Amino acid sequence: MIALLIRDLRLALRAGGGFGLGLAFFLILTVLVPFSVGPQSALLAVIAPGVLWLGALLACLLSLDRLLALDWEDGTLDLLATAPLPLESVVTVKALAHWLTTGLPLVLAAPVLGVLLNLPTPGYAWLVVSLLVGTPALSVIGTFGAALTVGLKRGGLLLSLLVLPMYVPTLIFGAEVARRGAEGMATSTPLLLLAGITAAVIALLPFASAAVLRVNLR
Amino acid sequence: MTQTTKLNSLWEYANPKKFLSTTERFLPGLWIITALCLVVGLTWGFFFTGDDYKQGSTVKIIYLHVPAALMAINAWLMMLVTSLIWVIRRHHVSALAARAAAPVGAVFTLIALVTGAIWGQPMWGTWWEWDPRLTSFLILFLFYLGYIALWESIEDPDTAADLTSVLCLVGSVFAILSRYAVNFWNQGLHQGASVFRAGAVTGADTAEKVSNVYFYPLLICMIGFVLLFVALVFYRTGTEIRARRIKALQARERMSA
Repeated sequence: MIALLIRDLRLALRAGGGFGLGLAFFLILTVLVPFSVGPQSALLAVIAPGVLWLGALLACLLSLDRLLALDWEDGTLDLLATAPLPLESVVTVKALAHWLTTGLPLVLAAPVLGVLLNLPTPGYAWLVVSLLVGTPALSVIGTFGAALTVGLKRGGLLLSLLVLPMYVPTLIFGAEVARRGAEGMATSTPLLLLAGITAAVIALLPFASAAVLRVNLR
Repeated sequence: MTQTTKLNSLWEYANPKKFLSTTERFLPGLWIITALCLVVGLTWGFFFTGDDYKQGSTVKIIYLHVPAALMAINAWLMMLVTSLIWVIRRHHVSALAARAAAPVGAVFTLIALVTGAIWGQPMWGTWWEWDPRLTSFLILFLFYLGYIALWESIEDPDTAADLTSVLCLVGSVFAILSRYAVNFWNQGLHQGASVFRAGAVTGADTAEKVSNVYFYPLLICMIGFVLLFVALVFYRTGTEIRARRIKALQARERMSA
């Protein structure tokens, strides 16, 4: 498992593009928001938590189609499926690698981009906490979507159509934590619900992803 | 046992031939009863019930809105059940029925959303409000779209059936989750269920109960929509089975040629 994780991380780092691309996308999206809604800092401060969450979510989505497609094309997935490691673990490791290379950098970059959007001071900690808790769910759900569409020629758009509705609960609770944090309100309820979603998704969804992957590898 | 000649199990309809012959026997009658229910219910509702004292004649959109919303959810529920049957027992008719039901359910969802918007404009003063019920219906519609798109984009029918079944199961969980997440996220403008609520039918709470004047035609419309859904799904499933057969025949021809 660890070997697979290290391999995936190395590939993500060295293959170029994959690692920085999500971050760059996140940056550009955040920069574009003031252009579209106007530069009033009061308005930006209100929408900052939501925009940052949405940006992180879309940046996550952007790298999903590479998650399994490359391994599918060169036959690595077939080998992994016949390996002693159960496919459920493979899928989990893939999701973890995706989170480490996409989710975690986004979490770390979010406060910096928060400055650009004039995020209120108490919001920074909660933004980081909510993203830290929420982005693993995004990676795991995304892995399920990637497993569904891995055999398709043009899976990218379909992947977004399938995955984005499933991101709704995570986005709602995550953005709610960040918003309440920025306004200095109590955040424990949405944070607990967000953590619950993440935990449940990590516990259950790899089984669905592995089942789907087995069908696709048939 | 002596069951060899007269099988009474539901599973015998998993045989496509049996399914087709039975549904074909029932379909003409089913269409007629459906049309009758809808015509009677809608005519009664539209022309022979009085206007509401506050809402005027806009109240009459209830005869389309409520039954469509009812079927939008139940269609997904039916897809969930048939997907489960496919996953567990691998009956092809079941998977095809799920496929056949999806566009019908999507259209019902759209009808519910559009009629709701048309009613909401004069009543709430807005076409759209990010109300939990409205939002979750929109999300349900997105799930329908994704489901249909996945069916369309996979060539191998068995793979498609497997993948869409899993998507339906996982999607159901996320749809329910979204429903409650959305509830948490915004307070509602939409009224609560006022037709099939405990006490609503018996008249225990009269304040929010749909008046009997409106209830009876509404009930007929609901029955009509249920029957319409059943008839459409039977019809479309039959089409899917035939399309599958044509493919099999063509493949056989290619093999022998």
